[in-house]
Amino acid sequence: MSKLKVGIIGSGNIGTDLMYKIERCDSLEMSVMVGIDPDSEGLKRAKDSGYTAISTGIDGLMEQIDLVDVVFDATSAYAHQAHSDLLTAAGKKVIDLTPAAIGPFTVPTVNLTANFASPNVNMVTCGGQATIPIVYAISRIVPVQYAEIVATVASKSAGPGTRANIDEFTHTTARAIEAVGGAEKGKAIIILNPAEPPVIMRDTVNALIKDKDFDQAEVVVSIEKMVKEVQEYVPGYRLRGTPQFDGQRVSVFLEVEGAGDFFPAYSGNLDIMTAAAAKTANEMAKELIAANA
Amino acid sequence: MDKKSFEILDVTLRDGSHAMSHAFTPQQVRETARGLDAAGVRYFEVSHGDGLGGSSLQYGLSAHDELKLIEIAADECKQAEVSVLLIPGIGVKGDLQNAVKAGAKMVRVATHVTEADVAAQHIALGRELGLKTVGFLMMSHMATTEKIVEQAKLFESYGAEVVYVTDSAGYMLPQDVTERISALKQSIGCEIGFHGHNNLSMAMANTVAAVQAGATFIDGSLRALGAGSGNTQTEVMVAVLERLGYQTGIDLYKIMDAANDVVAPFMPRPQEITGSSLVMGYSGVYSSFLLHTNVAAKRFGVDERDILVELGRMKAVGGQEDLIYDVAQGLAAKN
Repeated sequence: MSKLKVGIIGSGNIGTDLMYKIERCDSLEMSVMVGIDPDSEGLKRAKDSGYTAISTGIDGLMEQIDLVDVVFDATSAYAHQAHSDLLTAAGKKVIDLTPAAIGPFTVPTVNLTANFASPNVNMVTCGGQATIPIVYAISRIVPVQYAEIVATVASKSAGPGTRANIDEFTHTTARAIEAVGGAEKGKAIIILNPAEPPVIMRDTVNALIKDKDFDQAEVVVSIEKMVKEVQEYVPGYRLRGTPQFDGQRVSVFLEVEGAGDFFPAYSGNLDIMTAAAAKTANEMAKELIAANA
Repeated sequence: MDKKSFEILDVTLRDGSHAMSHAFTPQQVRETARGLDAAGVRYFEVSHGDGLGGSSLQYGLSAHDELKLIEIAADECKQAEVSVLLIPGIGVKGDLQNAVKAGAKMVRVATHVTEADVAAQHIALGRELGLKTVGFLMMSHMATTEKIVEQAKLFESYGAEVVYVTDSAGYMLPQDVTERISALKQSIGCEIGFHGHNNLSMAMANTVAAVQAGATFIDGSLRALGAGSGNTQTEVMVAVLERLGYQTGIDLYKIMDAANDVVAPFMPRPQEITGSSLVMGYSGVYSSFLLHTNVAAKRFGVDERDILVELGRMKAVGGQEDLIYDVAQGLAAKN
């Protein structure tokens, strides 16, 4: 076994973008795209690229379950639990890109390898992937009593799943700011902006540091180092300006430009989610392959 | 038309929260609520300026827990009912459930004018909880009349009983209001509301246009206390509408007393049209950016107006207060 075979459930924006990222992973092999609409763009593209395209949802996948080793779920929080139960019972690894958050949170630059043993791993949310690395970059230097993130995305890059799951987005992101980012308390806000041409994803991290005395320069160095690490899998991840300090408050402004695989570059929110999921699964695959060798 | 045909909804204790930097005290809320109730105002709103859950570094932390303030206000109501604002993406369903426990009887679920579909679950919850449920289309000047009709229909389909045209930037002129309200009147079955801001001194004229075009819910605030140059001034609106022959059901002297004896003494500044709020109205910028822009301009040593014009050019929407600091920092770097 040199590569793990990948299935993707959800042939929408996220699923289709993910397909192109899987193609570039050295330990993963794209195998099956699963949707519920035979005419969906994602299924068409999968078929055109020579992959198995299943238009009968999770049931269809379960009939050909041997075609996959690891399955990404890019449907919705409401559907995920049922998908996960079936897949993990069949011994498949599940990477959850919905905000269902059944399994432990993974943010690659913070805890990439921590959850490899878990049958189900959750990728938090797009806003979480963009901002939690920064919260962690601050909290690894000084204790953070509160961190709040604001994610602004182009309306066109927020599909029906995101829109129906907006409360789940805020809950899941806030929890992960605490659990992975290391803040004592987290809060998340999401804003959709319909401007034309569409706006590039922007994220702001506001954190309250617990101590009055801390080395600002050390915090800045930690943030800059973290930005470089995220850039390894999301090259369009950038700081805007410099981190701003006001007493115990630090504000960090970010912009996330996507790779433009399926969706245009402004939708960095989709890109950072799929890139983080692909990276996590690829590293997990390497470890499993090595263990079985 | 000689009988009462609309409701005046007072937003002093919600939109005014922006002007108060989200620091209303329990005492201020209690006395304002008492005054509004005694004057005969049927609905008034109490929440953080950015709605339930708005307390944040992004918008300003609430000095006092908004749920406590809602409870205090509800406690003062003999006939009035407390409304709350909920902006999906900021507040969540749990916040609304808590507000109802604190005494809220109405919810206004607000989205940017093109994004009504993020509000489906919140509007459904409002109805389920037995609340008077309203859809609130913010920054209505940024969309065509056709788009507003389309989005209003979405709100109505989720269960909204009233849909608001909300001039968050104080940008609209009376003919804009007439066109939008008239189109909604023809296309949807639910009631229509209007919420104005006074950045171009048009709030009152716009409110009159809204009522004449068929709006049955109109917003005001005492002494105009609200974001930017404030809202349509409730007590003046009562006088104007009475002069026009409408019965507002509100006691003019009592509403004036609430405005002048209760609210005026705690206002941090008069609601005049300053250079910055004028630029907001002129370039269509969200009114609650005003005080944040003051702060950012000082910190980075740039002209407030330059920040606001740039925000208008970038088509910033409600809630993007972080962009103000980003833009100010960028302008400072260029200078």
